[in-house]
Amino acid sequence: MAKQVLSFTLNDVDTEVLVQPYVTLLDALREDLALTGPKEGCGTGDCGACTVHLDGKPVASCLVLAMQARGRSVRTIEGLGRFDALHPLQDAFVRLGVPQCGFCIPGVLMAAAALLAENPHPTEEEIRYGIAGNLCRCTGYTKMLAAITEVAGAAPARRA
Amino acid sequence: MRRFHLALPRSIEDCLKLLAERGPEAKLVAGGTDLLPQMKNGLIKPAAVIDLSGVADLRVLRREDGAGLRVGASVAAREIELDPYTRSTYPALAESGALVGSVQIRNLATVGGNLCNAAPSADMAPPLLALDAEAIIAGPRGRRRVPMADFFTGVRRTVLAPDELLVELIVPAPGPRSGGQYLRHTPRRELDIAVVGVASQITLSDGVCRKVRIALAAVAPTPIRATAAERALEGQPLTAQQIARAAQLAVEAARPISDQRGSADFRRHLVGVLTRRTLTTALERAGR
Repeated sequence: MAKQVLSFTLNDVDTEVLVQPYVTLLDALREDLALTGPKEGCGTGDCGACTVHLDGKPVASCLVLAMQARGRSVRTIEGLGRFDALHPLQDAFVRLGVPQCGFCIPGVLMAAAALLAENPHPTEEEIRYGIAGNLCRCTGYTKMLAAITEVAGAAPARRA
Repeated sequence: MRRFHLALPRSIEDCLKLLAERGPEAKLVAGGTDLLPQMKNGLIKPAAVIDLSGVADLRVLRREDGAGLRVGASVAAREIELDPYTRSTYPALAESGALVGSVQIRNLATVGGNLCNAAPSADMAPPLLALDAEAIIAGPRGRRRVPMADFFTGVRRTVLAPDELLVELIVPAPGPRSGGQYLRHTPRRELDIAVVGVASQITLSDGVCRKVRIALAAVAPTPIRATAAERALEGQPLTAQQIARAAQLAVEAARPISDQRGSADFRRHLVGVLTRRTLTTALERAGR
């Protein structure tokens, strides 16, 4: 089966890549574009580890066909901040020691960044709702909540 | 995933041509949140997949003078959840959109996908049933309008022929003194499937119910209306007693099965509870 040309904007860069028509956006990012920040946890949209922004909105990239991103804008964790200028959420996650095993963190950061872009000062309830689609098997939710709350300038989160 | 041919149409006409050529072996993909898991685990193995994401005419979400709300089949659950007019005029529909999956899923999952996948537990089906929505279906012989009440024909089955495409839903404006709500029961708050879902929609005039719709999910092979409960309330004031009676009639309309999500008895109990709660909220929203 012939590969198709996927032409899209990836982390602000015009990008063209040949992909098989039957691969997901997650697989194209990881296998064809060497962006291994997005992770495959479940492959069925339940865990959120593969979260990327599609036209600015968080989506489960394991459920998007790569060709469905044609003409659109995709942002992965690699394009959220820069090494010399981390996104405020990344900075807070580092300072507060949020990651444990780290597998879920790229997805959590992308979900949280989308939440704050849409709602810069969410309540604790809204933060919990905003990352409800992200599973952390280390169960490190308390520190995530603290870090996101700090960046949002919201009232400190109560103990979970 | 097994290999497939991927078609990328840009118009409804192109979709219909593709369906005419390879309808029985093709699957339409919109958000992909139901389809891709089924393809990944080998439950379905389409030779061709037709991607609807490039068809702009399927993404209309618009208030139409006199006609109510037009909801394109490819409108995402998240758009329905956030749309100001939907929230104010069709709160039950907006609430059902807000309950689908997580935000990562709601940005992908579409109303058309939710309906065409035709799970008995589809969250957006009860509000659309209760709002008397009609499905606009395009096919080789033109378009037809199918009331939501006739849309589902069985578990994962609809009236759509292999060469037909769901284009949009027309949701009539409920009119003044109307109110509605959708509630579902799930063990978890997010990313779960309804054990039972109930939508109630009422219109009042002169202190009595002029119109009542009660629709149930996950208690029959398809989403259904509780018509005996609706009839019992028409022309009646919505007192606690009347609501309790309607809830009992809704329980009798349910034909649930027992599965890993809940026993038939538990589901019948939930139908009663959720019918009472949604009717009570519908009354508040209609303004007493």
